[in-house]
Amino acid sequence: MTTATTPNVQEDLQRIAKKWKDKPGSLIMVLHEVQERLGCVPRNVCLELAKLIDVPVARIYEVVTFYNYFKTEAPGKHILSVCTGTACHLKGASKVLESLSKELGIKEGESSADKEFHLQSVRCVGCCGMAPVVMVNGAIHGKLKPESSGKEIVAQYRGK
Amino acid sequence: MKPEELETKAAAEREKQAKFVATIACCASAGCQLPGTLTTTTDFFKQKVKEAGAADKVRVVPTGCMGLCSKGPIARVQTAGQPDQLFVELNADLGGKMVADYVKPVAEKAAPKPDAELAKHILPASDPFFAKQTKVVLKNMETLNAESLDDYILAGGYQAVRKALTRMTPEQVVAEIKASGLRGRGGAGFSTGLKWELTAKVKGDVKYVICNADEGDPGAFMDRGVLEGDPHAVLEGMIIGAYAMNSTNGILYIRAEYPLAVERVERAIRAAKAAGLLGKGILGTAFNFDCEVRLGAGAFVCGEETALIASCEGKRGTPRPRPPYPATKGVWDKPTCINNVETLANIAPIITRGAEWFAAMGTEKSKGTKVFALTGKVKNNGLVEVPMGTPIKTIVYDIGGGTANGRKVKAIQTGGPSGGMIPAQYFDTPVSYEHLQQLGSIMGSGGMIVLDEDDSIVDLTRFYLEFTVDESCGKCAPCRIGGRQLLTIVDKIAKGDGTRKDIETAKKICRAMQRASLCGLGQTAPNPVLSALKYFMHEFEARLKDGKAAPAPASVTK
Ligand SMILES: Cc1cc2nc3c(=O)[nH]c(=O)nc-3n(C[C@H](O)[C@H](O)[C@H](O)COP(=O)(O)O)c2cc1C
Ligand code: SF4
Ligand code: FES
Repeated sequence: MTTATTPNVQEDLQRIAKKWKDKPGSLIMVLHEVQERLGCVPRNVCLELAKLIDVPVARIYEVVTFYNYFKTEAPGKHILSVCTGTACHLKGASKVLESLSKELGIKEGESSADKEFHLQSVRCVGCCGMAPVVMVNGAIHGKLKPESSGKEIVAQYRGK
Repeated sequence: MKPEELETKAAAEREKQAKFVATIACCASAGCQLPGTLTTTTDFFKQKVKEAGAADKVRVVPTGCMGLCSKGPIARVQTAGQPDQLFVELNADLGGKMVADYVKPVAEKAAPKPDAELAKHILPASDPFFAKQTKVVLKNMETLNAESLDDYILAGGYQAVRKALTRMTPEQVVAEIKASGLRGRGGAGFSTGLKWELTAKVKGDVKYVICNADEGDPGAFMDRGVLEGDPHAVLEGMIIGAYAMNSTNGILYIRAEYPLAVERVERAIRAAKAAGLLGKGILGTAFNFDCEVRLGAGAFVCGEETALIASCEGKRGTPRPRPPYPATKGVWDKPTCINNVETLANIAPIITRGAEWFAAMGTEKSKGTKVFALTGKVKNNGLVEVPMGTPIKTIVYDIGGGTANGRKVKAIQTGGPSGGMIPAQYFDTPVSYEHLQQLGSIMGSGGMIVLDEDDSIVDLTRFYLEFTVDESCGKCAPCRIGGRQLLTIVDKIAKGDGTRKDIETAKKICRAMQRASLCGLGQTAPNPVLSALKYFMHEFEARLKDGKAAPAPASVTK
């Protein structure tokens, strides 16, 4: 990861910092906005943020590493979140994961070499009635057929 | 706004809606998306109605979850003077036909002409899935425009806030909630009125009311449904609670995995503020209350009160010992009352209709209704609401329709990672806090997962343990170390390497964790193990080396 942030990113960080700086305890909200903008919360951004919101960098790391939701490295363009909650587990979530993994040639938690896809598992996205479910960039794909799910989902997003 | 303006707003909205002949209410909750389209269901139908030239006669509104998720996407067509029609399992093709052959003719006062294929997708309202339910919390879910404050006001919204603020003292509000018998729907089942009373009595310049919308139980989505479909109902509950406890600050702590719920709640807050229903001088009274959204970030333990408080302060979500309880020392050490989403959604109906009405539903110790997220191998998956005291079998077989695959139901699991299994022979048991506890499970927040005879209890036990071990914050040894040991043992048994002694050791670890863990996560993590051993020992024994040994099936060894 490079050490300097681009002027564009800096501007965004300043805007986010300004919005939240005076609200006590808003570190997690700041990190959410940063991740929404950058896809992750990398090290150099934490250093930058520490200055902007006046919070020790160690505290920022502590929070970033505690919460699963925050990523420190940029994921692929399309984020495939396979639900492994109970309802999906019973309806073949592990086979869905396997099918996507095979289709993309990557393991859970990895991004494809061309950075087009990132494969991860999540604990329930709240659409359990449509299990098994995969969330792609926030859109829900439910009632999947576990074995063919990989091909079907990847085909819809590849090159888009 | 002045209290009377609620009527003005309702009248204006009624007039606006009266111009339309029909309404398409589309389930616009996360997930209910028409296959093969990339727009939302609402936008899809708006476009189709426009194409049909019926935009001046047909209203299209986004609603919350209609409940029957397994038959989604769902749309409800409402025509004045006629029973509602529910169209299920729609796709782009059928959606187009629904507008052209049903909605358009109806809007033009002609006879609808659905073809045989479309007719197969019409579900009568008399279907037992709907007929056997009693909706209090979910009452607005199928018809209310989830993005409109005016529609909520037309449905009687904010009348409870008005009644509380203008005709009741804070003490009377507390007394009413106490008399209703409402107990917390987040898991522990503590009396809501009593919790409010305790917090009300604590002196403090600033007090917090928090809505716990972390919904951590994987496989449960009651709170998501309510937040997405009826966000103002939750705000009303918070405002009334704040009034009762003399609090001025509210926080809705919502899990980040629910972006649509966050969007709907933020929209509701903005609308309520603009209308003077939140902020300074609510409804022209001297009462001030404001609230804001804080996001979770993927940590189950943050549903626990003290961890949630730490998270609201922007810190790592690690629990701390209680006492001090949040009622005395919560967010920023200020008195704080934390209530679950569904608990709060029950408040306005109780204030409007009275404690007696509410207490007439349910059992002696569990009043009102309960929303369940019915999932797993059951035919009808979705959100259901029944009076407390309804037998499990009514939920599983009548409402749920039994299994979808023709296999026999083996058990249900309630309470998620903190709960337990209930075998089918106990399905006469009424659902209530006390009855489920007697069976070794808990009501929990409302997850109800149906297992069929093909599902392995050993496998599911391991699944829950993996979850709690993953989610343990690691602060205290009984949970951090005990949980890991327990998982190792169950894993060993699942793989066919376990012995009888392992089962005894597992039970001992369970008891130690229950007694010595710092927070509810560690204290309840053994529950799935203990209830599985209690009712399904034979499934464990079948995998023991020295039991009635049989090799583990390939599916679980991996
Ligand atoms: C590990 C753990 C997770 C919890 N998760 C939730 C949750 O997701 N939602 C919730 O409302 N309560 C949850 N609770 C219970 C809350 O701590 C608290 O009891 C509840 O929000 C109080 O609200 P109520 O009285 O309205 O139920 C959890 C408790 C523990 C120990
Ligand atoms: S019981 Fe588990 S989750 Fe709770 S404080 Fe201890 S280690 Fe953390
Ligand atoms: S268990 Fe998969 S969406 Fe809830």
